[in-house]
Amino acid sequence: MVGIVIVSHSRHLAEGVAEMAAMMAQDAPLAIAGGLEDGSLGTSFDKISAAIESVYSDDGVLVLMDLGSAVMTTEMVLETMPERKVEMVDCPLVEGAVIAAIHAAAGAGFEAVKDNLEKVAFTKKF
Amino acid sequence: MTDSNKVREILLAIGEKIQQQKDYLTELDQPIGDSDHGINLARGFEAVKQKAPSMEGQDIGTILKNAGMILVSTVGGASGPLYGSALMKAGIAMAGKTEMGPEDFLHMMEVAIEAVKQRGKAIEGEATMLDAMSPSLRAMKTAYEEGKDISAMLAEGVRASWAGAEHTKDLVATKGRASYVGERGLGHQDPGATSYSYMLEVVAEVIG
Repeated sequence: MVGIVIVSHSRHLAEGVAEMAAMMAQDAPLAIAGGLEDGSLGTSFDKISAAIESVYSDDGVLVLMDLGSAVMTTEMVLETMPERKVEMVDCPLVEGAVIAAIHAAAGAGFEAVKDNLEKVAFTKKF
Repeated sequence: MTDSNKVREILLAIGEKIQQQKDYLTELDQPIGDSDHGINLARGFEAVKQKAPSMEGQDIGTILKNAGMILVSTVGGASGPLYGSALMKAGIAMAGKTEMGPEDFLHMMEVAIEAVKQRGKAIEGEATMLDAMSPSLRAMKTAYEEGKDISAMLAEGVRASWAGAEHTKDLVATKGRASYVGERGLGHQDPGATSYSYMLEVVAEVIG
């Protein structure tokens, strides 16, 4: 199954997003990297690396981020693992996490999950 | 111009300067950002200080690369990947060298600033640290080409950097957190342009 990583400045936000995604698809391999080591707001290079490793398989990992340094720090983590099948996806965090979890749990492949996430970026709520 | 020991000394002195200016940098970040620039950078440079003893005897490239990696993994905000990438690329430019001349320095700064542009997907004029970095590099290059000595060259760079930081008050941010604030950010000096100006000031103080 494709792994999903949620990167957020806030541990609470990352946990909440993961909770919502798990509600829809309990079996999806999902890991979070929320906040800094001391619990304060920020994005941690080490937490992101560890989260990716924890759900990594040959099926690959897709990373969803909140904003700002979450994107830049994730980008730097990915540069340290060029041999890994890991990509960032540009989409809304909550909708993206839910969609990714549903499709990953249903056994969709890396490209299929990514395609669905890219569509989320253009889906309006109402 | 400088050597490995001095580069290490500069990194430690930057840490001290950031520590002294921590509250001011955070205060600048408050109206237009997430109020953490000073705190984040101070944490990053404190971690560099902790590792500084192990940098003794290393070449300039290794010292810069290691310092950059430490910033990336400890800062926690956007300035981590930005200054971290700058130092890591500077380290590649200075790989294996234990001495740095003015031409090495200018080349290294060019590579470092290019790394910030790439990482932040930003250009000059967007009210970011680049608005201090780019004009200061231009000023230093001009001074060097005019045959000015190293301290005069650095002094020109510092002057242009502060002028650039001041100019960010007149710019509407289109990158980073400040872009969410939009025109309400006018009149506020960019924290990144400010921290960079302090850093260059330290370089000038130690070398000049």
